[in-house]
Amino acid sequence: MDAAALHASLRERFGDAILALDEPAAGDRAVRVAPAAILEVARHCASDPALAFDCLSNQSGVDYPARNEIEVVYHLFSYATRHAAVLKVAVPRDNPVMPTVESVWKTAIWQEREIFDLLGVVFEGHPDLRRLLLPEDWVGHPLRKDFVEPTEYHGISTKRESML
Amino acid sequence: MSLGGFDVQVVRESGFATEEMTLNMGPQHPSTHGVLRFVVRADGEVMTEAVPDVGYLHRSIEKIAEKVGYHGFMPYTDRVDYVAAMPCNQGWAMVCEKLAGLEVPRRAEFCRVIATEFNRIASHLLAVGSMGMDIGAYTPFTHALREREYINDLLEELCGARLTFNYVRIGGVGWDLPPDFERKGLAYIERFEPLIDEYNSLISFNKIYKERLAGVAVISAADAINYNLTGPNLRASGVKFDVRRDLPYSIYPELDFDVPVGTGEAGVVGDCFDRYMLRIREMQESCKILRQCLRQVPPGSVLGKVPRKFKPPVGDAYVRLESARGDMGWYCVSDGTEYPYRVKIRTGSFTATSIIEKVSRGLMIADLIAVIASLDLVAPEIDR
Amino acid sequence: MSLLNTMPEFMVTTKVDEMLNWTRKSSLWYMLFGLACCAIEMMQTGGPRSDLDRFGAIPRATPRQSDLMIVAGTLTLKMALRTKVLYDQMPDPKYVISMGSCANCGGLFQLAYSVCDGVDKVIPVDVYVPGCPPRPESLTEGLLKLQEKMMQEKWLVRRGEPAGARA
Repeated sequence: MDAAALHASLRERFGDAILALDEPAAGDRAVRVAPAAILEVARHCASDPALAFDCLSNQSGVDYPARNEIEVVYHLFSYATRHAAVLKVAVPRDNPVMPTVESVWKTAIWQEREIFDLLGVVFEGHPDLRRLLLPEDWVGHPLRKDFVEPTEYHGISTKRESML
Repeated sequence: MSLGGFDVQVVRESGFATEEMTLNMGPQHPSTHGVLRFVVRADGEVMTEAVPDVGYLHRSIEKIAEKVGYHGFMPYTDRVDYVAAMPCNQGWAMVCEKLAGLEVPRRAEFCRVIATEFNRIASHLLAVGSMGMDIGAYTPFTHALREREYINDLLEELCGARLTFNYVRIGGVGWDLPPDFERKGLAYIERFEPLIDEYNSLISFNKIYKERLAGVAVISAADAINYNLTGPNLRASGVKFDVRRDLPYSIYPELDFDVPVGTGEAGVVGDCFDRYMLRIREMQESCKILRQCLRQVPPGSVLGKVPRKFKPPVGDAYVRLESARGDMGWYCVSDGTEYPYRVKIRTGSFTATSIIEKVSRGLMIADLIAVIASLDLVAPEIDR
Repeated sequence: MSLLNTMPEFMVTTKVDEMLNWTRKSSLWYMLFGLACCAIEMMQTGGPRSDLDRFGAIPRATPRQSDLMIVAGTLTLKMALRTKVLYDQMPDPKYVISMGSCANCGGLFQLAYSVCDGVDKVIPVDVYVPGCPPRPESLTEGLLKLQEKMMQEKWLVRRGEPAGARA
């Protein structure tokens, strides 16, 4: 099932919650979904026999300060039919809140924790939303484009003087 | 209850008050899997849960990509999974080639597959050896290291490095096969393949080993797919899926090899023993692939025409390939400049660690070690 | 009354010092502190081909029983705090080999926000072994240099810095 067909079938079912079809100059085409509807769309993609996307292959967050958005990209895959799809959800940068899809694919538990840790997106309904990779007392979300590195952490300076 | 094949009676004496203990395992511990920490809540020897705490090796590789550019990122991809670095190199090259629409010369594809399969054997050797060491058998580990030394020699002749290769380039590979490499490689395979049976006679069919691993931490196929387990972990649960066979890339469609699946030969399908045996079988399949490749490397160039300032068009691409730890997903967003806008690497060990909390309930503490070893975790893949 | 560093330097006392140093350098038990890629090379160095055991160096899991800490791999800020705790748990006299560029100075991860640029920001280092990762021969050379350093230490003889003092 290619991206255009998926977009058409989802739009038929969910109407305005499905936004445009992204067709970039290079790479994969993606279906844009409104944040509030992502859980319903995810459930449909996983349980519908024609789609059967039983695997969330990847979930990443990308920061777009130019558009004042953070985009969460879902790469779906179906082991039964071997087809793949891409969904994109954009949340506003100053209030990045969206529902979690962990009830559909359990792998989202850790993927969303990582996106929260590194980008600051809050996933409503997540059972255990806390930092994953950085120390618990770390300040800031490093993968944001405006992140400023701290000069020290617990007394250890982050700069190294050059010997030259 | 049945624990590891034994019938265990947990006897609670009346008037004997027990408390749950919270133990800390790691981040420094005698295991080759790297810096992982587990907070274990245990009632005596039986765990109620083991919560992983990761991030001790978070080296911000994804953020560094935005600073060093497409070509400059290749050495960093080695460090994403240093035990099997060639597939990581190849993954980055593949996602860049997909974005820019580049063709890779045929000889370069053969070089990539040869290097990747040798690396896969080396990685599985380490996994199998360190699993033996974690269970308590120290000798198989030295056998594995001995074989890895020979593979390191071959790969050192190929690209100059023993561990972090930086061999693959965007559009091909860095150096051509050295003279006489095919003969040496084939001679090594002839020597190595019978030695795999040495492992089977040493540990695989050993009674103690089987009883330690059979029936421990069974992961069903549905769980494996839901938690996005990949590679040997997924195939041990019965799902016959291999990216080289089912979403083929490079020259894998022309090669003839099997995809072994877990059959529950010692216990239940999807237990630790299945995951272990699958790696032994995959080493045999890699030997088959290498024999075919080394005999028919075509002549030609090893690097296509790629501009020095590599600027793919605006867009984003996702590529999957089969690394030693399962399928790695490489996602790259390009904004038209020579620095990637965002790189995300989804690795097999990351998803495998997320299932440990669920699988460890009711296991004994020593079984936790067996589970970690059987899932073949490496810390840099989890933390990047 | 302690005999440490109180004797004048003549034949018997220097020979006693040498013997004490020789026994200590010939059984350096190192703590398995493999963090990243250098850990694999450290294991290969302890492996069959280039064997560290012939120098008497065997790996120990716990810091309480080891006299050498080979910091093999990148030290992140999250791990740096624990490294100090582990170093403090080692009994005196203790030594540290910093193995690989990441442990020496941050290596190729100096651009990272979460990496501690060099293990000598948290603990004192005796020998720095360069490489990314260093070959087993390099690590063996580093160990031999450490052994040379240990042979210079003075226990009975009075002169220079008292033996066993760490900063």
